[in-house]
Amino acid sequence: MRFRKTFAGAALCALIALLGCGQKRQSVTLAGSTAFQPFAEKLAGQFMQANPEINVTVQGGGSAVGIQSTLSQAADIGMADLVELPEEARNLVAIEVARDGIAIVVNPNNPVAGLTSQQVRDIFSGTVSNWKQVGGDDRPITVVSREAGSGTRSSFEQILGNISLTKEALIQDSNGTIRETVANDANAVGYLSHGLINDKIKPVKVDGADCTTPEIMAGRYKLVRPVYLLTLEPPAGAIKQVLDYMLSSEAQATIDGCGLIPVKH
Amino acid sequence: MKLLGERGVQRLLAGIAFSAISALLLIALFIIKEGLPFIIGYGPAKFLLASDWNPQLGRFGIWPMIVASVWVTLGAMLVGAPLGVACAAYLTEFVPRRVMGVVKPTIELLAGIPSVVYGFIGVMVLAPLIRSSLGGPGLSVLAGAAILGVMILPTIISISIDSIQAVPNSYREGSLALGATRWQTTYMVTIPAAKSGIIASIILGMGRAIGETMAVIMVAGNAVKIPGSPLDSVRTLTANIALEMGYATGRHREALFATGVVLLVIIMILNSLAGMAIRKRAAKR
Amino acid sequence: MRIPPKHTQRAAVLVMGLATLFTLAILVFIILFVLEKGLPVVSLKFLFTNPQDMGKSGGILPTLVGTILLTLVAVAIATPLGVGTAIYLTEYTRESRITRIIRFGADCLAGIPSIIFGLFGFIFFVTILKMGWSIMSGGLTLAFMILPTIIRTAEEAIKAVPNSYREVSFSLGATRWETVQKVVLPSALPGIVTGIMLGVGRSIGETAAVIFTAGSSLRMPASLMDSARTMSVHFYILAREGISTENAYGTAAILVITILFINLTAYSLMNRFVAKNN
Repeated sequence: MRFRKTFAGAALCALIALLGCGQKRQSVTLAGSTAFQPFAEKLAGQFMQANPEINVTVQGGGSAVGIQSTLSQAADIGMADLVELPEEARNLVAIEVARDGIAIVVNPNNPVAGLTSQQVRDIFSGTVSNWKQVGGDDRPITVVSREAGSGTRSSFEQILGNISLTKEALIQDSNGTIRETVANDANAVGYLSHGLINDKIKPVKVDGADCTTPEIMAGRYKLVRPVYLLTLEPPAGAIKQVLDYMLSSEAQATIDGCGLIPVKH
Repeated sequence: MKLLGERGVQRLLAGIAFSAISALLLIALFIIKEGLPFIIGYGPAKFLLASDWNPQLGRFGIWPMIVASVWVTLGAMLVGAPLGVACAAYLTEFVPRRVMGVVKPTIELLAGIPSVVYGFIGVMVLAPLIRSSLGGPGLSVLAGAAILGVMILPTIISISIDSIQAVPNSYREGSLALGATRWQTTYMVTIPAAKSGIIASIILGMGRAIGETMAVIMVAGNAVKIPGSPLDSVRTLTANIALEMGYATGRHREALFATGVVLLVIIMILNSLAGMAIRKRAAKR
Repeated sequence: MRIPPKHTQRAAVLVMGLATLFTLAILVFIILFVLEKGLPVVSLKFLFTNPQDMGKSGGILPTLVGTILLTLVAVAIATPLGVGTAIYLTEYTRESRITRIIRFGADCLAGIPSIIFGLFGFIFFVTILKMGWSIMSGGLTLAFMILPTIIRTAEEAIKAVPNSYREVSFSLGATRWETVQKVVLPSALPGIVTGIMLGVGRSIGETAAVIFTAGSSLRMPASLMDSARTMSVHFYILAREGISTENAYGTAAILVITILFINLTAYSLMNRFVAKNN
């Protein structure tokens, strides 16, 4: 009796699943960069309010996943924030929707307010390991970096060049966790997307320039990377609608409001 | 069910009965299929024993992760095993049955708390404590071992209690009749008699510790290096997979599946050891 | 010098008692810590509104729905398989090499780390079977994970049914399957339900296997083929990314209460079942 019921239950579930498959609402999936993910979620929400017939899903995964899933069609639009797109992404259609500064952040209790790009390089390579050496207190430096494959990390290392990350570095797997780790550890230094700076951490000047939208737009702050949306084929239909929306003035204003740098203004 | 007939039902059930072993084989097959070619192509010795993990440069040595997993797991054993066995012995031998009837399920509830909650408490409470009192980044072998040690307590306690309870009462009575105290009886008679069950519980706890992922990612800091002290940050095998899986493509991804193969092999060995210990106990009885 | 046995006994009892107390204290600390920080956030509104801003404000409704659906799928698949296996092992065969292989399979499956289940689910369900990150992929993966628990508890429960029940049924002319269906399963039901409840508890608390198979979309799932975020994953993301510590604690509190409630129910069912059968 009981047995039959559970079977019926299983069958019912399978049925629901099939139905779910059958009634396909137009749906667009974005996947990729975790740095851009929060903004994409927000923009997707706004987009769906205006276009309720299109269902936009946003997945994280990272830039590499963005490229891979666009190629394999697991996602309709890939999100990648890399200074240089890798070989396999050359044939994808890439649209720059925003630019993003990479801020070097320390704990608010750290007196260090600015670093040169050489100092940043030395700290992350491990040749400088005490804050004293860069004008701070006599405390060891805890380097916090991203995992291999992260777009933020590869952009960071490409822009600065010549970084072979110290083995001592703590590794965290998202901008948010970098922020939390730096916020919790007075000796820590990390880097993260400029849009995610809050008062738990302190961005430092790099080569005398603040990581702010005006400084980035004026070209004085050098740690900047583009955010690309990638499609396999020239966008059409619902995908094009989503991409067009991303470049609309409303979306660009949202991007600006969230701390990213809009491409149109 | 009527239309199947007795024979049909029996066949159906026989088929279903192989679901678990099929699931196991399917899992092993796919993990191995994705990972083994990489291990062979890259060279097993280089993969297992090189200490350089740098996917961008195509260098995949997981020795630091293996060492880290061993350190963290042994640390967890150091915390969990004595505490767990002491707890089990106390509850079975020195406390009225009724008290144990309440305490044992309560401790088993510890097992139900999601690992992310343990990890979060590790980050919020334990890591800052270690950082401020002992130095280092706080996210460390020590933090990982302590959190895992607590997480495996229910496994160790519950299986140890079962095996201590299974020791025939005549053993205890014999010892007490010879004038031994209750404690002497416990550590000279009861615990040795329950030894294989207790060992099995510790091995199963070890399996759980080595396989734990989310809590370790949160508290161990994930630096790729061979730890020099318990205050150093490390990355375990499981953390390596979970951290980079989302971002990995091509050979990098294969290397992570290969890490999974190594993990699977370690777990299989531990499970077989535990199984052997349990069977030994069953044979003795 | 010889220390009198009375003294060593006293010392040993003290040490062991402290160890037990310490273990209980950790448990109480964890639960109180989570509840104290989380309960002030929890309200019906928190449970039943949509999250805003990635979960920074608003409630957790989609994750609640995601958790329930995912768990239902897992249980709906694992229960027939697990109970079927248990029936086969107890009612249809004698101990043989085959039953040993089946039990060995279940034991090994129980020991496999969740991250391996996650990797497998990602490759098999998400990629090869093209189910994508979805409740279905996650549920199937979890079903594999909780299968051993259900098998083992169901087997224990069925074994505990007194043989006289079966004999009476056979003597009345019932076939084996009729006996299983009308006699054995109804009396083993509480034990079987315990196993299912433990499986539910494990599904709800799981993170590593779910995040790779069901994804982490915070939208309300419209079908089982949609990606969903469970409460555990939501808690992990909120806490890790520092999106909102408050809401993270709130989610954790609900998570812990739910799991404690489910496990307590499971144990009390089990106890009553054991008491009845003895």
